[in-house]
Amino acid sequence: MSAPTVDADPAVLPETLWAGRSRMLMIQETLIGPFLFFCALVTVVTTAGIVLVLGTEAFRFFQMPEVSAVDFFFGTKIEDDPVSPRFGLLPLLWGTFVIAFGSSIVALPIGLLSAIYLSEYAPRRLRSVLKPALELLAGVPTIVYGYLALLLVTPVLKRLLEPLGLRVETFNSLSACLVVGVMVIPMVSSLSEDVLSAVPRGLREAAYGLGATKFEVSTRIVLPAALSGVTASFILAISRAVGETMAVVLAAGIRPQITLNPLTSIETMTAYIVAVTNGDASEGSAKYQSLFAVGLSLFAITLVLNILSGLVLRRYREVYN
Amino acid sequence: MSPIMPEVKAVPNVSSGGAEPLPAGTDVPSTAVLSTRDLNVWYGISLALRDITIAIPRNQITALIGPSGCGKSTLLRCFNRMNDLIPSARMTGEITFEGLDLNSAETDPVSLRRRIGMVFQKPNPFPKSIYQNVAWGARINGYRGDMDELVERSLRRAALWDEVKDKLNKSGLDLSGGQQQRLCIARTLAVDPEVILMDEPCSALDPISTARVEDLMDDLKSEYTIVIVTHNMQQARRTSDMTACLMLDDGAQHGHRTGIIAEFSPTDRLFTNPKDPRTEAYITGRIG
Ligand SMILES: Nc1ncnc2c1ncn2[C@@H]1O[C@H](COP(=O)(O)OP(=O)(O)OP(=O)(O)O)[C@@H](O)[C@H]1O
Ligand SMILES: [Mg+2]
Repeated sequence: MSAPTVDADPAVLPETLWAGRSRMLMIQETLIGPFLFFCALVTVVTTAGIVLVLGTEAFRFFQMPEVSAVDFFFGTKIEDDPVSPRFGLLPLLWGTFVIAFGSSIVALPIGLLSAIYLSEYAPRRLRSVLKPALELLAGVPTIVYGYLALLLVTPVLKRLLEPLGLRVETFNSLSACLVVGVMVIPMVSSLSEDVLSAVPRGLREAAYGLGATKFEVSTRIVLPAALSGVTASFILAISRAVGETMAVVLAAGIRPQITLNPLTSIETMTAYIVAVTNGDASEGSAKYQSLFAVGLSLFAITLVLNILSGLVLRRYREVYN
Repeated sequence: MSPIMPEVKAVPNVSSGGAEPLPAGTDVPSTAVLSTRDLNVWYGISLALRDITIAIPRNQITALIGPSGCGKSTLLRCFNRMNDLIPSARMTGEITFEGLDLNSAETDPVSLRRRIGMVFQKPNPFPKSIYQNVAWGARINGYRGDMDELVERSLRRAALWDEVKDKLNKSGLDLSGGQQQRLCIARTLAVDPEVILMDEPCSALDPISTARVEDLMDDLKSEYTIVIVTHNMQQARRTSDMTACLMLDDGAQHGHRTGIIAEFSPTDRLFTNPKDPRTEAYITGRIG
């Protein structure tokens, strides 16, 4: 027990008390690094593979005699003519834009307000129930939202709007915007709630200490302090709406057109990819190859949006470090 | 323990008379602005403060000292109902502010907090410009005068004007810790409070900034009533007129840490001739 003995006679200590590390542990340690690296590699390689395939196939598409890049990026027509087919991206871009814009009108305000409610107003008990419930919305398969649009939202829209003399088509962008909007609410509310709650309590107390009401504290101190995080959640939600496929196909249909009428059918880039894949386009035909060009464009858009939200979020982190 | 207890319990009654004027001999000429009577505060089921009876004299600096966890911040936060923001906090007893029952349902905590400002331990300027930091509170309280003038006056009052007058549009977060704390004081002064509560305002500051804040407090006490929590005995001694020494109650139920007032006296008396043995032990560094 006494320290001097131990110091004087170190032979008592080592082998009996300290077994040392087993060889197994050493082997584990040398293998674990490469294994983890391999796991990380899988995702990187997959992403690189996707970009590579999309890139080379899109390149082949633009090399085809019946295709011109200018016509693709600036054309307003998609025509399945066997002699001179037209592949204009603009109607698809427009369709995608309509869905992203329309669903944002639904999702951003509702998502943000519920985030403010959850983080600033809701009693802790209620929040611990409400937040997971909201996140559950994100777990509903998107095709369910598609059927919801087709079987519930559109009939209701018809019932409401047709007496006013408006013609509501079975496939229309309005119902698609509504369901996609509801679909991405949890993304906005959950992420925004995280950044709002992360605003230091000291800021809130300072504001309350000056005689601010809860509403003033929430909207004029907490929200501005978390603005970049909230913006990042908006961008992610929009990027999700841009990439949404099944709900949009089922609700908005596949008619490529540039129109301001929300009661008529449109076609988004994702819907085009579904339609062509399911159609009769033979492998190697221009129509088939156009898939990759559209896919690459879509990939570029969502990539830019995601990078943007990452940049915005990073700025937010810098404010408090 | 038993020989100490009765004496301890007697002290608050002797040295502070609740809402009544303080007894003669305490060298306190003015009446109380804020006073509590038999205040108990709970967090959930644990009693954090027991039987607090104290009167904060007008235009003086009152220091709250005592070991960590004895409820100094809790008491301070009762004075402007900041504890309302903590769902588990509950209190019984009476707090009077200028004759107003602080805890009654009619008292609006929002307008009360404008009259009883607070400066926190960690400087917490808003992530806004220096100008906006000062103007914000005044603006939400509907200040209709010349805002530029108010901002300048408040910053001058907080002894910060000369250092920031050329960069009013810079973020308040770009200032040094000491400057940030004076910015927070300026922000509090801008809403024209009657009482300023300070919770260890210098604990994050270097000695020079601390000295500036202390000078400032001395300057402010002609117009304001100041209550300051501090762990720094010298600071309490240097700055305050009255000192309350809080202690953990030995008789509290096992596992609960309950704060009580061991002694409340004029500062020079408390430090030179403490009546309570535990106060003496604390200020000479044997407790806490
Ligand atoms: N929000 C809270 N919820 C639950 N208990 C709390 C809360 N705040 C404080 N307490 C408890 O109340 C007691 C008093 O805390 P308080 O912060 O008032 O002490 P203090 O004297 O200011 O200590 P310090 O000198 O360390 O700041 C402590 O036991 C603490 O654990
Ligand atoms: Mg404290």
